[in-house]
Amino acid sequence: MAHSLESRVLAVNGPLITVEVIRGHHIMMNEVAYVMHGDIGLKAEVIRIRGNMAYIQVFENTVGVKVGDPVVFTDELLSATLGPGMLGQIYDGLQNPLNELDNIQGFFLRRGHYLSALDTSKKWEFTPLVTQGARVKAGQYLGRVSEGMFDHHIMVPLALQGGFEVMDIAGPGSYTVEDMIATLKNAEGRESPVSMKQKWPIKLPIRAYKERLLPDRPLLTQCRMIDIFFPIAEGGTACIPGPFGAGKTVLQQIISRYAQADIVIIVACGERAGEVVETIRDFPKLEDPKTGRSLMDRTVIICNTSSMPVAAREASIYTGVTLGEYYRQLGLKVLLLADSTSRWAQALRESSARMEEIPGEEAFPAYLESRIAAIYERAGLVKLYNDVTGSLTMIGSVSPAGGNFEEPVTQNTLKVVGAFYGLSRARSDQRRYPAIDPMISWSIYLKQMEASLSLLHPKWRTLIEEARELLYRGNDIHQMMLVIGEESISIEDLIILLKAETVDAVCLQQDSFDAVDRATPRERQVDDFLLLMDMVHTTFSFENREECKKEMTRLRNNFFQMKYYPFKSDGYQKYRQEIREILEERVKVE
Amino acid sequence: MIVEYTQITSIQGDIIAVEAKDIRYGELAAVRSRLRTSLAQVIRLRGNEVLLQVFAGAKGISTGDRVRFLGHPMQVTYGDAMLGRVFNGSGLPLDAGPDLRSYPRHEVGGPSVNPVKRIIPRGFIETRVPMIDVFNPLVESQKLPIFAAAGEPYNELLTRVGIRANADVVILGGIGLKHDEYLKFRHAFEEAGVLPRTVMFIHTASDPVVERLLVPDMSLALAEQFGVSGKRVLVLLSDMTAFADAMKEVAISMDQVPSNLGYPGSLYSDLAARYEKAVDFEGAGSITILAVTTMPGDDVTHPVPDNTGYITEGQFYLKNGVVEPFGSLSRLKQLVVGSVTREDHGYIMNSMIRLFARSREVEQKLAMGFEKTEDDERFLKYGRLFYDRFMDLKVDIGLNSALDLGWKTLAECFNPDEVGIKQSMIDGYWPGQGRSEFGD
Repeated sequence: MAHSLESRVLAVNGPLITVEVIRGHHIMMNEVAYVMHGDIGLKAEVIRIRGNMAYIQVFENTVGVKVGDPVVFTDELLSATLGPGMLGQIYDGLQNPLNELDNIQGFFLRRGHYLSALDTSKKWEFTPLVTQGARVKAGQYLGRVSEGMFDHHIMVPLALQGGFEVMDIAGPGSYTVEDMIATLKNAEGRESPVSMKQKWPIKLPIRAYKERLLPDRPLLTQCRMIDIFFPIAEGGTACIPGPFGAGKTVLQQIISRYAQADIVIIVACGERAGEVVETIRDFPKLEDPKTGRSLMDRTVIICNTSSMPVAAREASIYTGVTLGEYYRQLGLKVLLLADSTSRWAQALRESSARMEEIPGEEAFPAYLESRIAAIYERAGLVKLYNDVTGSLTMIGSVSPAGGNFEEPVTQNTLKVVGAFYGLSRARSDQRRYPAIDPMISWSIYLKQMEASLSLLHPKWRTLIEEARELLYRGNDIHQMMLVIGEESISIEDLIILLKAETVDAVCLQQDSFDAVDRATPRERQVDDFLLLMDMVHTTFSFENREECKKEMTRLRNNFFQMKYYPFKSDGYQKYRQEIREILEERVKVE
Repeated sequence: MIVEYTQITSIQGDIIAVEAKDIRYGELAAVRSRLRTSLAQVIRLRGNEVLLQVFAGAKGISTGDRVRFLGHPMQVTYGDAMLGRVFNGSGLPLDAGPDLRSYPRHEVGGPSVNPVKRIIPRGFIETRVPMIDVFNPLVESQKLPIFAAAGEPYNELLTRVGIRANADVVILGGIGLKHDEYLKFRHAFEEAGVLPRTVMFIHTASDPVVERLLVPDMSLALAEQFGVSGKRVLVLLSDMTAFADAMKEVAISMDQVPSNLGYPGSLYSDLAARYEKAVDFEGAGSITILAVTTMPGDDVTHPVPDNTGYITEGQFYLKNGVVEPFGSLSRLKQLVVGSVTREDHGYIMNSMIRLFARSREVEQKLAMGFEKTEDDERFLKYGRLFYDRFMDLKVDIGLNSALDLGWKTLAECFNPDEVGIKQSMIDGYWPGQGRSEFGD
């Protein structure tokens, strides 16, 4: 720092610090600053500038800070560091590798320690993909290294604007992420050295691609309720609101394990540390059925749990999205799971309240809506410069206060997502997991992806709508039965009700404790669902209620037992055969 | 260089402002008034104006009183000498025991544990309350609230778990306790002979409100020290709603914009900072938290229970003197159910609740005056048995006996194909095999 006079702390209010900036020094919105406290600097971000006063939000506990402590501005926006070596990492909201911190700090997180997000000593085997003289622009590939099972392409830094000529490119060999691998020159003749690592300001979207495409093909989660009834598209967005205890996090965990994505980014944002621990400890041991490698090899965890500093919680989602966009630039299928966006919104609310901004609904700031929309808009399916597609799919959970979906975070999220998986307390009380309520949930992708879904079955969408219609009618009949009594409903209605209950029990409900049932591959989803629809289409007639209930229970139990057997195993075939026979017998009776 | 400041410029609620220089955020101060000397903590700095929260309350403080800054934040004494003792929120002894001022002290409200230093909890804590053990087992290092309306026997339940639990150290934090309740706790612990492994931080309803804020922090900071040194610690807190109310009071006196029913917008983070102290340390001890959260108006959507529910790993609902099966949840149960406990545990747990939900539905239907079917009869019978054998708080049986009783109860009311349990489990556990073969 060239100036002799320093900017100094003027006031401290929790993590919000007011700084008196020295005259003549320019500061930038969202610039990173450090509050010097003894021999450590506490990282902070500028969130308001007024006259010669800057309001900064400190990402650490501010106990011990004094009025008059010096503050250093860095002239850099809050950024993520991108490059090979992020897979399998566990970062905090500011991209500090927690595993490395643990070696230095023991059990507790000490403040003021920041480490490089990438291992700077590790060497990567680099292969150049361009030659000297090539014309390139931001996002185009200069070379590649192999990281785990992926080709990790080294790009022209995304922050570089305009066209460049490759002046110099490194030959094949091992380099660290900090070694220079190319020199680029722009039209004005300014040269930029390039390494494998680059920085990108987390609050700005990465837009180095040819075009954005309409998400029209499904991203398989292996959760039947989602894949069959409320599918999500590759590059689409979905939200999972639900009261506490309805199973949001469990659902997110299941999706993170079994979803058919190349990369999964888990942002644990203001939630329990214990849940992240399960992922951290279990993933290295779990095998990704698609590749045979450890699940951790395709996962990045951003972990800013509820007891970690609130301001860093706000940053954590942006960090996650930026990493997701980066991998999308590599032509990969990325899934980002954020749990929970409500905690992120609360972090906004806390800092807004400290800045004494005029509050909006439920004391959330007025800009809540635009911030939520801006985050979800960063998801998408894109065609890159080399015509390969990459996608970033985003599923955010929402924790509405009191389980009431009318609150601002849920409502503003619903406006911008393509699928809504509403969890209900009633279903979770009945242990019907996943507790997604089929009566209120929706997905716009069922229609948007019709062309690709019809490859499963020519009438796929019609079948799904039929099944949903059956569920609605079953629900109506159930409600009616509660009012007028079981004896007063007709036997035809009873059959509809029992059919709907069977669809619910064997297709919608999925047992996450069971090794077979917890994840259903597409082929099985289709086979089982078509068989189930044959049952729905079969006309049943019974002598009396007792026979009806007995027969339908038997049928349901067959379906139920079948789902616990591995696909096409003997037990599976036995129950399948039995169901076929029952259904054919019925057709004969006709 | 101890300086005393006498420029108290404003007093609002229990917050006082004083003109002072070179003061650290979060630092403690002693405020000496005509009646007493009280501790206070710096909660905001604005130029030379320092805002202090006075733990003993601002009553009787005059603008001319002296404030002396201590140069360090709140601390708790740590050592085995703490065991068997009772302290107030500020850490001063309430019993006749010796002064512990010479022992090492540690800052309260310290940094959070690095998530990668935590391990997945694996310890099942048997309480011999079947509604807990069978349906929502308590796991070591879990944080669980007991949601209850005023008047429910939550402190009795807390006492029962505290006495039976297999922990090395039990720390009881009483927040806004009635004095009688405190005496009952103390008596019960003494009688059961567990007082020597217990530390109590007691704030009673008649003590100054701000001191309430300290109780969870003191209890948990001490728990952390025991935990790091390898002890398995159980922290019991009652009642966290009183704690939240104290935060509300402070926030309002600070002119903060309230978010919901007057509570500060940071309620979630503030509660989480405490509950998240529950941990299983890699290679050391653990901290398990069981905390009472009373629900004003028996309303679970009230901001305190609501935010708590999102933070904790489940909750026990205490209603009409029993632990309610619906809504009660132990999120960590899948870590022990069927792996640490018996293989059939998970199936019994889910099926029995599912069927009990049906029996509640039948009850409602009948209450509306509908005819009783044969089916209804069976569900009613099941509901009655379920209440007597499992829900009643007087029931005192171990987990495996409770599971056996579960199979027996199912078999008394249903056929195997009606309970939705996979065949291999039915084959292994259904009493009186072959009563109803598959596909008959």
